[in-house]
Amino acid sequence: MAHAAAQENALLDLGRKKLGMWLFLVSDALTFAALLVTYSYLRLANDWPHPFDFSPAIVFSSAMTFVLLSSSLTMVFGVAAAHAGDRSRAMKHILLTALGGVVFVVLHLMEWRHLIDEGVTPFANPWGAPLFGGTFYLITGLHMTHVIIGVVYLSVIAFGFRRGKFDSEDVEVAGLYWHFVDLVWMFVFPLIYLLSVAPSG
Amino acid sequence: MLKVWAGLLALTLIEVLLAYIQLAPGLMLTLLMAFSVAKAAMIMGYFMHLKFDKPALTWMLVPPLIACIVVMIAYLLPDSMRALSLRP
Repeated sequence: MAHAAAQENALLDLGRKKLGMWLFLVSDALTFAALLVTYSYLRLANDWPHPFDFSPAIVFSSAMTFVLLSSSLTMVFGVAAAHAGDRSRAMKHILLTALGGVVFVVLHLMEWRHLIDEGVTPFANPWGAPLFGGTFYLITGLHMTHVIIGVVYLSVIAFGFRRGKFDSEDVEVAGLYWHFVDLVWMFVFPLIYLLSVAPSG
Repeated sequence: MLKVWAGLLALTLIEVLLAYIQLAPGLMLTLLMAFSVAKAAMIMGYFMHLKFDKPALTWMLVPPLIACIVVMIAYLLPDSMRALSLRP
């Protein structure tokens, strides 16, 4: 990494932008942790519905997981290209990552639409435990907000890096954010979806 | 990195298969969380580069995070278990 020594934290051997992003991500992780712990509490204290059929809901959300994981891989390639100084290749990979994010959001909104059609709202649903909708839309919605912000962030970084406005550390910091969004989904997906699969009958 | 990606996909596939065969809820939760923590460690270690940064960064970030989450669970879990036993 080529940046001025004055910007580095000597103990951690780390750029200040990267350190700042890491500190933000830890606090953001705690926001999600608090929501997931609250969700678990409500789940234990209520007769929680198991509304997700294996097909299509679980197959669908598994596809979303696949898209998000793969977009993390293209981000790794983007950061590697940025450090190698290949600006156009980095831009392509970062934009591909953002496209993965767009696909994820579209698939997730289709899933939301499906649930809304079944009568699931934040305060009521046909299956009892009225808070099911509240926790579902809050947690997946906050995650989706992170993905949408990530898509905008990555697009700005991709074009800005191509024009030489940002350096490779900026790309790496954007990568950290994107991998974090992926990481959070690795907890949301099993806790919200896989534990609520409808009994097969 | 391709290997890490393949490993993450494999773990996800196992999780989905577990959901398909439907184990007891407690066992299911334990296994899913074990897999998720493993996946989180892989993402942080390789994709987020933590394994190749100075260990001081990992020591600064991870233990406080775990401590905070343990405190959240420790305060809420006994009460939610009580709520579980109070259910009609």
